[in-house]
Amino acid sequence: MSSTTLQHLANGVSLGSLYALVAIGYTMVYGILRMINFAHGDIFMMAAYFAFFGIATFRVPWPFAFIGVILATALLGMLVERSAYRPLRDAPKNSILISAIGVSFLLENLANYLFSGKPKAFPEITFFANTVVIGGVSIQVITFFIPAVTMIILAILLYIINRTKLGMAMRAVSKDYETAMVMGIDINKVIAATFAIGSGLAAMGAIMWGIKYPQVQPMMGVMPGLKCFIAAVIGGIGNIKGAVIGGFILGLGEILLVAKLSSLTGYRDAFAFILLILILIFRPTGILGEKTTEKV
Amino acid sequence: MKKVLSILLSVMLVAIMVAGCASSKPSSTPAAPETIKIGVFEPLTGANAAGGELEVEGMKLANKLYPEVLGKKVELVVVDNKSDKAEAASAAARLIEKDKVSAIIGSWGSGYSIAAGNIVKEKKVPAVGASCTNPLVTQGNDYYFRVCFIDPFQGTVMARYAFNKLGAKKAAIIQEVSNDYAVGLASFFKAEFVKLTGDPNSVVETSNYQTGDNDFSAQLTNVKSKNPDVIFAPGNFTESALIIKQAKKLGIKTPFIGGDTWETDEFLKVGGAEVEGAVFSTFFDPSVTMTPESTKFLDEYKKAYPGKEPAAVTALGYDAYILILDAMKRANSSDPVKIREALAATKDFPGAAGPITLDVNGDAVKDAVIKTVKGGKFTYMDTVKAK
Repeated sequence: MSSTTLQHLANGVSLGSLYALVAIGYTMVYGILRMINFAHGDIFMMAAYFAFFGIATFRVPWPFAFIGVILATALLGMLVERSAYRPLRDAPKNSILISAIGVSFLLENLANYLFSGKPKAFPEITFFANTVVIGGVSIQVITFFIPAVTMIILAILLYIINRTKLGMAMRAVSKDYETAMVMGIDINKVIAATFAIGSGLAAMGAIMWGIKYPQVQPMMGVMPGLKCFIAAVIGGIGNIKGAVIGGFILGLGEILLVAKLSSLTGYRDAFAFILLILILIFRPTGILGEKTTEKV
Repeated sequence: MKKVLSILLSVMLVAIMVAGCASSKPSSTPAAPETIKIGVFEPLTGANAAGGELEVEGMKLANKLYPEVLGKKVELVVVDNKSDKAEAASAAARLIEKDKVSAIIGSWGSGYSIAAGNIVKEKKVPAVGASCTNPLVTQGNDYYFRVCFIDPFQGTVMARYAFNKLGAKKAAIIQEVSNDYAVGLASFFKAEFVKLTGDPNSVVETSNYQTGDNDFSAQLTNVKSKNPDVIFAPGNFTESALIIKQAKKLGIKTPFIGGDTWETDEFLKVGGAEVEGAVFSTFFDPSVTMTPESTKFLDEYKKAYPGKEPAAVTALGYDAYILILDAMKRANSSDPVKIREALAATKDFPGAAGPITLDVNGDAVKDAVIKTVKGGKFTYMDTVKAK
């Protein structure tokens, strides 16, 4: 394989694992609540702003800033759940969906108002931004971290869901929350925890995204949000491993489309949506979304 | 509650009817308005917000310095076109129909100006673009003017720079394919570069991307494999800065050149150390005063924004405003059609960014300035004459 092809593959893996990271958050919330949290992309955007202010404005050293950002974003996720979704828990599913879209617009416009529409530069962290050259292929250090972080998180989440009490409660809520409630599970707590974890994942995705594509602006969550939603659907929404697979398919597919069929570059975003339509027609449950597969 | 609502609704209905009657009166006998309104439509949010804000800065400064014309106060009505072509058209329509402006200024981004073109033409309200350089903005439109030069000139200037100054024999183009400005600039660059090198294959790669894209690794990897001497990358400032940044990370050492849209603070901030040495053409540089108005503009700008260097598009926003005021004076009227006639006759008008003479298409014939990024700042390099 030529170094150009290898470079394309490296680019694709790095983009794909970013999509995967954010898609996990989408799919988790869906798995538990059977609800698509359309504000996920905007929570992702807010996390990027938190990181920007933490590092660039308040000059917090980056490891502490990242922990702070993840915690703050988890709190934001819980706040959104408490104020916009919990009051609608017994309402039809469509009402929650509309409420989620409302939250999405609210966060976008809030960011526009508070931080201005002008893009800001995400602070550069030398450690991650350095590049190494292996066999003619230039790779940014962050490119190694993203897939590693995604895989570690996947393992941790699978552990939490399959081996801990909280995970058991999550699975129970996802099967039938009324029965779970009768069995003495505090579903409010379980759902809040789900949102906290999902939003924390969005925050990690935002940090990695910011390091790789160093700009922050209010609409930055929209396209990644939609793409990660598509990744989650491709993999089988509700299935965490599926979200990771979907993320990689989408990331690699996009890079290869732009690289090999450069006249179709303008259709890069369309590619994701066409893939979504094809999946919904031919395999609506997604790649891993078999009935027998255990949902989150 | 319901009663209140129904009363409110009926009041609104009546109001709308009255308003409808009022506007259907023949327009030849309007009550003399207290103020003259000039509409501004610019991207103040979204991908191009930084560019729009810079232009509005110039217009507001001009409005502060020249607040009156024909004995009446001039009011700027600023609307946001949200960096969106459809919004741009409706913003222009709103200014004409709701705010009844006498003239319009805007917009940063040729695509938005083109989108509004038909409306100003149909409603016969003159529009003056500050920095929209695509030829199509004014082509076949008697009501669109601009105070800047156009892309064929800018593209040619950059092709000559690449060939003469950089000694480039092979060029690659990375264009923002969804932006009329970038596509226009790229095609004029290509035509001139092919002519200069005499080699029809001298542009070795043309890559596209879309407004708002973040990942350019695939395009850049392809460009790298073709090994060009120079990369021409006209497009929006943030995307361009990200492209140059990612190129350096991929180990591309080829020089990047571009167009006037790069000249924003965000380009420097997002691009950081990687955009050092990037070269682009633009309209104006504070270190080269072209007319007495330039000095006045620079002095007032320093007072209003201490510690900040004015961008070229800010000077052009300023020029668009004072040109309209001058046209009103020459026409001795705030009637849009008369303003248009006066604008079309503009000759050697002393603008802050150089003298303005409008040609038959309504385009300014002007010199271009070449700048580079040096020490984290835009630095003047050269002036290229229009003729």
